[in-house]
Formats: sequence, C-alpha cells, structure tokens
Amino acid sequence: MGTQARLGFQLLGIRIGMSQTQGKMAGMEEKVRSLMMTRFADAVIREDNFCDQQSFYIQPEKLVEICEALKDDSGVDVQLLSDITSLDWLNHDQEKHGRFEVIYNLYSLTHQYRFFLKVHLPADKPHIASLTDLWNGANWLEREVYDLMGIVFDGHPDLTRILTPDDFEGHPLRKDFPQNWEQPVFSWNKDDPPEVIN
Amino acid sequence: MATESKTITINMGPQHPATHGVLRVVLELEGETVVKARPVVGYLHTGIERTMESKLYHKALPCTDRMDYLAPMSNNLGYCLAVEKLMGIEVPEKVKWARVCLAELTRINSHLVWLGTHALDLGAMSMLLYTFRERELVLDIYEACGGQRMMSSYIRIGGLAHELPDDFDTRVRELITTVRERMLDYEDLLTNNQIFINRTKDVAVISAEDAINFSLTGPMLRGCGINYDVRKAQPYSGYENFDFEVALGKKGDAYDRYLLRLKEMRESLKICQQAIDGMPEGPFRAHVPGVVLPPKEDVLTKMESLIFHFKIITDGFKTPFGAVYQAIESPKGEIGFYISSDGSNKPHRVRVRPPAFINLACLPKLVEGSLLSDVICAIGTIDIVLGEVDR
Repeated sequence: MGTQARLGFQLLGIRIGMSQTQGKMAGMEEKVRSLMMTRFADAVIREDNFCDQQSFYIQPEKLVEICEALKDDSGVDVQLLSDITSLDWLNHDQEKHGRFEVIYNLYSLTHQYRFFLKVHLPADKPHIASLTDLWNGANWLEREVYDLMGIVFDGHPDLTRILTPDDFEGHPLRKDFPQNWEQPVFSWNKDDPPEVIN
Repeated sequence: MATESKTITINMGPQHPATHGVLRVVLELEGETVVKARPVVGYLHTGIERTMESKLYHKALPCTDRMDYLAPMSNNLGYCLAVEKLMGIEVPEKVKWARVCLAELTRINSHLVWLGTHALDLGAMSMLLYTFRERELVLDIYEACGGQRMMSSYIRIGGLAHELPDDFDTRVRELITTVRERMLDYEDLLTNNQIFINRTKDVAVISAEDAINFSLTGPMLRGCGINYDVRKAQPYSGYENFDFEVALGKKGDAYDRYLLRLKEMRESLKICQQAIDGMPEGPFRAHVPGVVLPPKEDVLTKMESLIFHFKIITDGFKTPFGAVYQAIESPKGEIGFYISSDGSNKPHRVRVRPPAFINLACLPKLVEGSLLSDVICAIGTIDIVLGEVDR
C-alpha cells in the first residue's frame, strides 16, 4: 500500500516535471534557430522538424564555422559531438540535392538538448572539412564514415579504413555496393585455379 | 658499449584473453612504459548495419541482439523505441514498465560480466565464478521470457513477444534479494583489497574536459563527475516514473568507475523493485492493426486478424518518410539508433551509435605514459564488447 501511494505521488511529480522539460525544449529550439538564422542565414538551406527533432540542412563549406559558433555560444553550449553518420540517396528523389548526406548529431549537456546538422554532398568525389580540430571524438567517427561510405574528410590526421581491411575495395554502405559480394581477406591461392586432372 | 634508448613495438591481441575479444593494440614501449598505443578494430566486422537495410523492420530486430551480446534487451529496446517514434505508436503502460524492468536486468547482467572479467584481468580469479553464478539468474529470467538465454529478441515493435511468464514477479524478487546480498560479498572481496586498489587507483585517468572532447558516454563520462544519463536527461519508456540516483565518480580513474558501476547495479535493483511493485495490468502489445501482430486467438478466429497477421509477416509495414534518432542508456553508454526511412517497408539506413566503439577511441589517452600492465586495466575499465565495436 505504501509503495503504491509513493508511486502515485511520483506520477504526479513527473507530470509537472514533464511540462517543464517540454517548455525548456521549446525554448532551446527557438534559441538554436535564432542563432542559426541571425549569424548563418545564408548558410542554412532549410530547417526540418520531423518527429520533434530539430535539424538544419547547411552549406558544407560553412560546417566548421557553424560548429565553432555553436560550441562557443553559452546559450546553446554544444559540448558533445554525439555521432557522425551518413546516408546514400542513390535512386531517390533526394539525390537532386546531392547523393550523400552527412549527419552531425550534436548534444548540449548543460541544456540537455539534441539537434542535428545535415549536409548534402555530390556523388562525384564527396569531401567535407574534418571536425577533428574541435572534437577528438570526431576522429574515429569520421574514419568510420570514410571507410563505409567513402566520404573524404579534409584535414583529418589519419584518414584510414577502420572496420574493413586496409586493402578492401569499395565502400560497403553505398547502395551500389553488392551486398553478397565477398572479398576474402586471406587465401592460399596465388594464381588461377590449376587444371583439373581426372 | 654505449646503450641508447630505443623503443620496441609489440602487438597485443587480437587473440589475447585480456582484450575481451578480438581487439588488437599496437604498443610502442620504452622499457615498460607505453609511449604510443594504437587500437586496431574491425576483426569482428559483420556488416550488421547493411544487413538491417535489407530486412523488413520487424525482421531487422534480431540483428540488434547480436551487437552487444551482453545487453540484448537494451539494444532491442533502443531499436523498438526508434521505430515506434517513427510510426507514432504508443505502447501500453504495462509494456513500458516491463521494458524498464528488463532493461535494468540487462544492466545488471552486463555489469556482472564486466565485474568478473575486469577482476579476473587484474588477478582476482574467484570473482568471475561468483558473478557468473548471479548472471545465471538473469539468464534464467530471459529464458523464461523469450525462450532464449542470450539473443532473446523479446522486446518487439509495439510491445513484447509474449505475455510475461507467470512467475516473472517471484523470479525478479528472488534475484533482487540474492544479488543485493551477494554484492556485499563482492565488495568484501574487492573494495578494500589492497592489490585491487593498487592496480586500479590513479590508473586509466581521464579528465572531464577530455571525456567530453572524446564524446564519451555512460560510466566512462560519469566517472569524471559529469551528470549525463539518458534515463534522466531525456527520459524514455516511462523512466520519469522511477525514483533512482545517477551514480557519479570524482577522479575519473578505474577505481572510481568500479565503485560507480557497483552503485549503478544497486540503483538498477531499486528500479527493478519499483517496476515489479507497480507493474500495471494490461495487454502486452499495442493494438495497431497492420503494424503490430494481433493476438494469436484472434488470428485463429477472426478473418481480419488473420489477414493482418499474414500481411505483417510477409510484407511488413510501411513507415512515413523521414529520419528519427532515439538514444537510450545502455550499460556501456548512450546507444542510439538513427533510422532513415524512404517510405518503404525496409529501412533506408539504420545507424547504430555504438557506445563501446566511441569509448574505445580514448584508449591511447588513457594508457600513454603509463605501464604496460595498466593497459590491461584500461581495456577492462572501458567495458567493451567487440561485437558492438565492430558491428
């Protein structure tokens, strides 16, 4: 009985807590938007709010500058580069913006707010500036994107393959990479198969 | 003959029992001091993210178990929450509570294995036997729920795979009492053990700024005193209903993280207790025709349910166009699922933010300048599972 009463009380407490967090979320959304729109109006292509997740499509050239500003601004205070990932829009409508999409997942520890920066890159030689000068965590994340999607990060100190072997051919997360294609890492065979003698 | 200082390069792993799987570290040593360390990963790369692209949404779920095989339920939960967010599915209250309970059992499971192997690496052999004995209780509960001990795939999109077993309640209560009692034994064995303290205190230290800079999450970040726990920061699956504390460290060394993980286990037991005490009644699956499987008795008696069942199994369901990210607090840190949908019945891309992979990137920072034997401690304290690092 005692536990039930306590839980009921907690439930009540949370409802109040929830509305506060939601209010804070909306405030942060506005703060990030105003920072992006006042300082980088020409770099922002569009804003997207799918499923209450704020994301900005930006010009690839402005990425480092924007990240620096977001990191330094105390109102937004993005400290944590949570993740870097990429998409391949081959044979989709989105391909007209650029075949590849790189997504930067940013998180503000002080304001407990997450939002995304997204860039489209062309199919031919996709490359973008590296964020390793701002965050050490970008090192392995960018290596993984390079390895699996083939996007080159300019200025990265050690842009080598990380998950696949060094002599692997192709980038396995690209949609045109054949899914069932094996590249054996090791084989005893050195030449063509020998003639079969019956 | 004059001797000059030379460094030698040695290779640790990928087949070394203390690297917890197939991790390889290339070490440059000067005497016994590590000058440079370079972790090499990828020996277990199986292309799970690409495999998931070729499967229907609900058929991609078992892939998630196979990444972090010590925390299957957490991975299931993260993936299911992401798909539910994309589809706008609201699950029944009972499902939320059961999921929280299972996710916390998973944390206990993962931390028990971590504790046993970490202590084993540092020479305390008997810990492994004790922790695996308690882990057995968690695995028994998994088996009772989903029929499988490790790759349970019990949490499904829109609910659970089956109704919770009848004795779920008693089993969990029994586990809580047993583990709580036995944790006192662990502490007796390790907390004041001089050898363990010498091997872990002021070893593998990372400062708060560096931890943030390296994007660390989970116990690695909280060990430096930074309060970031996804369960509190961005509550999911009804975690806001539970009363628990976030364990924090101070110095950010291996000993701090040991105490922190023990505290986390105690908090997990507390959450399990609350979940069992307050578990509401209700269905174990959401009622969303065409997306979530209908109840089996309806399939056998009603035409529409039979059709839905058939359609879901063969064709899956279509999702709206867009991309969602859902982060949850797995035992290793923040595991996130970024699912991009192109409107078809298969994911366009599933990206897993792997906490162990990202935490492992700071290994050179932890060990450079320290002794060779501390590398073992550093690898253990990061708590890696190579299945998740390499995916």
